[in-house]
Amino acid sequence: MPELRLTEEERATLAGDDGPGARRAMEMVVALARIYGASGLIPISSAQVAGVSYANIGEAGLEFLERWADEGARARVPALLNPAGMDLQAWEELGTPAEFAAKQQAVLRAYARLGVRPTCTCAPYLLELEVDFGEHLAWSESSAVSFVNSVVGARTNREGGPAALAAAIVGRTGNYGLHLDGNRVATEAFRAPVRLTSAAEWGALGAEVGRLSRGVPWIELEGEGADSALGMGEADRRDGLRSFGAAAAATGSVALYHFQGLTAEARAGQVVRPEVAPLVIESLVEGYARLDGEVERLDLVATGCPHASLEQVAEVARYLEGRRVKVPLWIMVGRDVAEAAKGSGLAARIEECGARLVSDTCVVVAPLRDMGIASLATDSAKAAAYLPGHQRVQVRFGDRERCLDAALRGKWE
Amino acid sequence: MRRQLRGRVIREGRASGSALVSLEPIGFLGGVDAATGVVVEKGHSLEGECLAGRVLVFPRGKGSTVGSYVIYSLARNGVAPVGMILAECEPIVAIGAIMADIPMVDQVDISGIQSGDNVSIEGDVVTVG
Repeated sequence: MPELRLTEEERATLAGDDGPGARRAMEMVVALARIYGASGLIPISSAQVAGVSYANIGEAGLEFLERWADEGARARVPALLNPAGMDLQAWEELGTPAEFAAKQQAVLRAYARLGVRPTCTCAPYLLELEVDFGEHLAWSESSAVSFVNSVVGARTNREGGPAALAAAIVGRTGNYGLHLDGNRVATEAFRAPVRLTSAAEWGALGAEVGRLSRGVPWIELEGEGADSALGMGEADRRDGLRSFGAAAAATGSVALYHFQGLTAEARAGQVVRPEVAPLVIESLVEGYARLDGEVERLDLVATGCPHASLEQVAEVARYLEGRRVKVPLWIMVGRDVAEAAKGSGLAARIEECGARLVSDTCVVVAPLRDMGIASLATDSAKAAAYLPGHQRVQVRFGDRERCLDAALRGKWE
Repeated sequence: MRRQLRGRVIREGRASGSALVSLEPIGFLGGVDAATGVVVEKGHSLEGECLAGRVLVFPRGKGSTVGSYVIYSLARNGVAPVGMILAECEPIVAIGAIMADIPMVDQVDISGIQSGDNVSIEGDVVTVG
């Protein structure tokens, strides 16, 4: 293993010359660089920080962030926040307990003092921040890490919350893992003779690949399915891959994948099919069954995990037009997409149908049981994979139209 | 008999105290009570032992990344170990030690350290006895 070499400036930060907050951050970055055998640190252009919901980090997390801010730690590069445990504006209407809300606001104030922008989205790459091919980043949220690595061709490891914040504070991260060419090569192959026509289908395939994956997967569709994926418009292709990657990260910690003809490094010819026998995923029936539950009565229908794009919000509005939902329907988005939807009148069209845009949070991190939600339907394979275990919430999983129909009818059919 | 072992610094600092040795990995989330510092994992070789004031010696961490926050909580509640010595550290324990200001070294041959030994950490040197 090579010895970690630090520049004079990095050593000075480690010695405390830039204050105790920066020192603590450099200690974390250096410790991780040593553990993973990095030979040096590299500059990053942005950080994306998880560990925002008070439900996850608790009192200890809040107090730690406050102390780090007291020590003078401040982000040196653009730093963005992952979703919080509530909609920062509409929390009361949505049934978030007031005590929780007060703690959540304190967490956001601490992050603001640390120089982290309260974007509260898992999809900051949609509108908030442009990420380029080959850029080095320190991002946390698993679906966002998967998207920027795979679809954009940027480079980030999946950082824990404090580690991503530490990288933002010193503007650097260790040069190891997915920052290095050698670790981005596909190591296993999957072949799927399926046709992907909805976010749910992309997600079901992602969940299966994640479940079976042991390394960096290469995925290829076959025949008609391949032609149809290659023929998709840019926005649909990106949204499909978002669902795929989020699910593969949820069921198998896949931080990078290569999809033949669709993802950045495969398109650039930098990564090719590995010379191993492919695993064949014959159909999505099994994948669907693994994600779907049995409940019929629904407390909620939720779409937008990962946070929906404007195009996806518009598709929902078109589908609901002129009808009214009988079960609360959340379309989960980042604040940036919510504001754009308000400006264009999309949000009002959604509200006329009794549905709503929910910002800053999502069903994965909001304290659902405390909000009276014990069952829901979703087209997100990621949410369907997490919710039964993490939140003890019963889930129905299906295509978006099927979920919207359930909201309109009042139950799952 | 005094012996010196060499390791790799993860969190710089000095510490000394009585060793508490686990031959099994330790998972802090769910495995250690943050309020009391007592190991609560059923069937763990340290079950019922309190980490407070000890130099904790173990092969490596395991379990959820939220374990880093548990280590921080132990320090805040005054029941954290004073130092940690590991065979091979992973990010959960490393980040936790840095959050909680607990001196820590890894890549140490821990096979010769027994619970109750006087142990001190100074930089990358561990002194036993």
